[in-house]
Amino acid sequence: MNTVLTVSFFKAAIIAGTPLLFATLGEIMTEKSGNLNLGVEGMMLMGAVVGFEVGYVTNNPLLALVTAALAGAIGALIYAFLTVSLRANQVVSGLALTIFGTGFSGFLGQGLIGLKMSEGFISNFQKIKIPGLGDIPWLGEIFFNHDILVYFGYLTAVILGLYLYNTRKGLNLRAVGENPAAADAASVRVTRYKYTHILLGGALCGLGGAYLSLVQVPVWQENITAGRGWIAVALVIFSAWNPYRAILGAYLFGGLDIIGFRLQGSGIVISQYIFDMAPYLMTIIILVIVSFKKDIKNAPPKALGEPYFREER
Amino acid sequence: MKNGSAYVSMRDITKIFGTVLATDGMNLDVEKGEIHALLGENGAGKSTLMNMLSGIYIPDSGHIFIDNQERKFSSPRDAINAGVGMIHQHFKLVDILTALENILLGQRKGFLLQKKEQEIEIRKIMEKFHLEVDLKKYVYEMSVGEKQNLEILKTLYRGARVLILDEPTAVLTPQETVVLFRIMRRMKEQGCAVIFISHKMNEVMEIADRVTVLRKGQTIDTLKKEETNPQELTELMVGRPIDLSIKRLARVTDERVLKVSNLRALNEEGIEVLKGIKFDLCAGEILGVAGIAGSGQKELCEALAGLYPIKEGEILFKGEDLAGKNPKEFISRGISMSFIPEDRLGMGLVASMDMVDNILLKQYHHTKGIFVQRKPAATKAKEIIKKLDVQTPGIDHPIKNLSGGNIQKVLLGRELDSQPELLITAYPVRGLDINTCLKIYDILNEEKKKGVAILYIAEDLDSLLGLCDRIMVISNGEITGIVDARKATKEQLGAMMLGKKEDDYAV
Amino acid sequence: MQFRLVKKPEITQRQYTVIILTAIALALLTSGLFILLLGLNPIQVYLAMLNGAFGSTYRLEQTIIVAIPLVIISLGIAVAFKMKFWNIGAEGQVIMGAFFASYLALNYQDAPKPLLLLGMLAAGFLGGGLWGLIPAFFKARWGTNETIVTLMMNYIALKWITYLQYGPWKDPNSMGFPKIPNFTANAILPNFLGVHLGWVIALILVVIMYFFMNHSKKGFEIAVLGESLNTARYAGVNIFRTILFSMFISGGICGLAGMIQASAVGNTLSVEVAGGVGYTAIITAWLGALKAPWIVLVSVLFAALVQGSSYIQSAFGISAASASLIQAMILFFVLGSDFFTKYKVVFGSEFLTRGKEARE
Repeated sequence: MNTVLTVSFFKAAIIAGTPLLFATLGEIMTEKSGNLNLGVEGMMLMGAVVGFEVGYVTNNPLLALVTAALAGAIGALIYAFLTVSLRANQVVSGLALTIFGTGFSGFLGQGLIGLKMSEGFISNFQKIKIPGLGDIPWLGEIFFNHDILVYFGYLTAVILGLYLYNTRKGLNLRAVGENPAAADAASVRVTRYKYTHILLGGALCGLGGAYLSLVQVPVWQENITAGRGWIAVALVIFSAWNPYRAILGAYLFGGLDIIGFRLQGSGIVISQYIFDMAPYLMTIIILVIVSFKKDIKNAPPKALGEPYFREER
Repeated sequence: MKNGSAYVSMRDITKIFGTVLATDGMNLDVEKGEIHALLGENGAGKSTLMNMLSGIYIPDSGHIFIDNQERKFSSPRDAINAGVGMIHQHFKLVDILTALENILLGQRKGFLLQKKEQEIEIRKIMEKFHLEVDLKKYVYEMSVGEKQNLEILKTLYRGARVLILDEPTAVLTPQETVVLFRIMRRMKEQGCAVIFISHKMNEVMEIADRVTVLRKGQTIDTLKKEETNPQELTELMVGRPIDLSIKRLARVTDERVLKVSNLRALNEEGIEVLKGIKFDLCAGEILGVAGIAGSGQKELCEALAGLYPIKEGEILFKGEDLAGKNPKEFISRGISMSFIPEDRLGMGLVASMDMVDNILLKQYHHTKGIFVQRKPAATKAKEIIKKLDVQTPGIDHPIKNLSGGNIQKVLLGRELDSQPELLITAYPVRGLDINTCLKIYDILNEEKKKGVAILYIAEDLDSLLGLCDRIMVISNGEITGIVDARKATKEQLGAMMLGKKEDDYAV
Repeated sequence: MQFRLVKKPEITQRQYTVIILTAIALALLTSGLFILLLGLNPIQVYLAMLNGAFGSTYRLEQTIIVAIPLVIISLGIAVAFKMKFWNIGAEGQVIMGAFFASYLALNYQDAPKPLLLLGMLAAGFLGGGLWGLIPAFFKARWGTNETIVTLMMNYIALKWITYLQYGPWKDPNSMGFPKIPNFTANAILPNFLGVHLGWVIALILVVIMYFFMNHSKKGFEIAVLGESLNTARYAGVNIFRTILFSMFISGGICGLAGMIQASAVGNTLSVEVAGGVGYTAIITAWLGALKAPWIVLVSVLFAALVQGSSYIQSAFGISAASASLIQAMILFFVLGSDFFTKYKVVFGSEFLTRGKEARE
């Protein structure tokens, strides 16, 4: 095992965990508004393929990332329109979005399979060592010598945490997810809050997908997310809807994601394919453990999954 | 446009839900510095009218004037900006937030939560209106009374000058009601217009300056309190002279059917919700259960019906211990018990299914084979419709489309059909109009005459005192006393509901 | 213009059908616009799709072959969904059914054909059923979120087959190519009227499931439990057992489809055995309103969509992924259309007329 648990392993775990982090934060934001969007996988795929296509054609990294986020947000818009405005079943709408996103990326990505981003493009995501912090032994190398998007991931988590717990809008958002009727009576614009946060959540999922296709493995392959969107949905439960805890969860699963590949060279006899099950197996185990104990502070938003209609009676 | 000088004036307000005309050209005038009662039965349109004044519903037609200016509210935000705030029957509070956070919700002052600064302002209002609220407390830890004070404070903080209270006393003890009325009078002194929705005559007579009576979606009349009396108001409300008194039949036997001792139960968080409950119930007796909402009534019913896990204790039904058995075992052992749960559509019935399938629910265990037999259930459904006068388009119609009273009749009809020896009813008249209530009291009395032992849980002390033989008071999971309903007073029950033990009652 | 939403009273079956058909038409229209953007004539493309799906006996047979697993899996999913148990794990249950059946096929090649096939069907049911029991147990015991658990188990099943295919079950005679040996003739479902026997199995299942869901005690209990957990408890339904039982049935039926796919279509076990059909079947089950007869209709239509799409891929060079795009589009529109069965948009002038109507 000593050849596995090295600085470079932990560092790689952070990179592998970054798309998960974006998607998890996106879904936290969505669920805090009381909407369960199971279309994370679909939105990630949309972001991944659009980001790749735009990046490949224009060679402009910023444009690629922005359009990827936009693609995720557009997917989320379909979902939001169905569930918020038309009050459709949230579970099925989310599944439909995943099917749509999968089809969309298959469709758009057909001609891209096997293509690789140019060296010039990849160089935009070189590692940047943070002065000072990057010099801390071990930890500096693991956490503070990364590409810009990894840092953006840290930042997003912290900003989302501050937003939720320390701002007025964050308070309103939590109320919308807990008790939309109460929020409405307190003159919070429920529909607007839902739309805004579902869309922002979708944008983050799109960004997570783009990180996969642009930075982590800058070669297009079909179904590039391989279930990471679903793991992100599980990580939301794992992190108890808390953005800070999402950081831990995402990087933990990043590590599990790459452990099979790492073990291959270490002389351990168990097949890589068995180790590839690790993230999925771990997700189940964590979900089961989380479901053992329920307490009010770590519970899901109370109105999660339920449509809101003021004149319902 | 006719327009008086009243501070709040609602003119010709109409609102339709589906095909139901909820309010049909209603009118209402309320002055500053008065407490104005809206009196009417369930379904008269009181809450609908007030929901339109507070921006929750949008009227289909009609005009609303505040301070002689026409207003069109499309959300509660518009209403509160015009100084109208409503305290709903079901509190609009977020459980996992503190009192302070609930007050700050939806305000648009700055980006960050400036809790300190706002707190000072809030405390000033608390002083002015003699309100007491612990601002740091989480809502889920609060009692009903505390929540109501918080709702009032929240509304005042938003600058409401017109306050609407929707049946605020329904969930309060008599003592808490006294405190509420004190606050209401204080609001009146401060120049607020207070609208008080109620169907309790005595409270209206106590607190209101003027009374507007509503019936079936229409405004019947507005009267000064001094110029009217309860009898007149009741007749206006119901539309005809009515005998409101509830009959109490004499008991026939002393045969004991149910004996509960030392019943204890824990909730999901491991907190004890039933703390050694002990009582008996005889054949042909109605034993009432009174208590503040959430004192353990629900758990007690469900524990008796085999739906709530019991930690220890005995439930002897005709000598057989039911503790720890589930409904399926009740059925297989032929335990003759029926339970009318509080949440009719959430527990007793399936909302989206028709009457046949809902009756099948109670029958399918008794037939042989792996298939269900719908024919006998359909026959039974028709019988119940005839016997209890259920208004429904047909037996294959989803019951969620029926009115509350008819849903209750379906449930009651099904349960009584099995000819139980013990009947547990939780809030059987909640949300029903007077006629249906009286009909249900009659049905209960009829069962009593047949010798059925009845446990009757209710929140309305008048019906408890009128209908029951004895009343058991439960407070915080404990029994504080069992009194003779013919001798008990409301004040006595109120004190017991708050936890004062009856002198001769030792556990 | 002032407008608002109001709740509609019950609508008739006829109005309902009109709304659904409008939704599908709108979905095709939207997809048509998309095709137009690609510089093609949508009418031509749609006609070609029809031609590709039903244009000849051979194409029709191929469409039916695609429809068979869709029908069977949708029936399985419908059992779980009726209980509001969101079983997204059909894909994995198909795979595990195929795995169990393949174990018999590969190890008892010489058994008599009818016996072996029946054994494989039973094994398929068992494999899928057991795979379905795992999330059911977690759900029933601790309330663990079934959506994600069932989904994760799809990936685990897939990795397990990958492991077998690249490892212990790899065909030694395939010259290094990672594949599992083909079944012998004994383990392959025979054809009947041009298409493998799976269609007969599917139709038998349709009838069985129709009676099971509508007229059996268990089916009734599942429906009650799906509508209200508390009412089910009140009525004396054993919640734990019912969840486990129905998920065993649900997964088992999916497992049958896995056996059929491995035996009749793949002639062996491979990572492709399910090929996403477990996900498509979620849509067909939902669009078929979880009712057996409707599921058949929707499944055949979706199979036609799949076959049609692969036809237009060669004819027009449009990716076959367009099929799932159109499928998703239909699903979006039908999901959205549900709203119009419940609510109605009214405009300012209509309020007063409505008032009059209501007063009458």
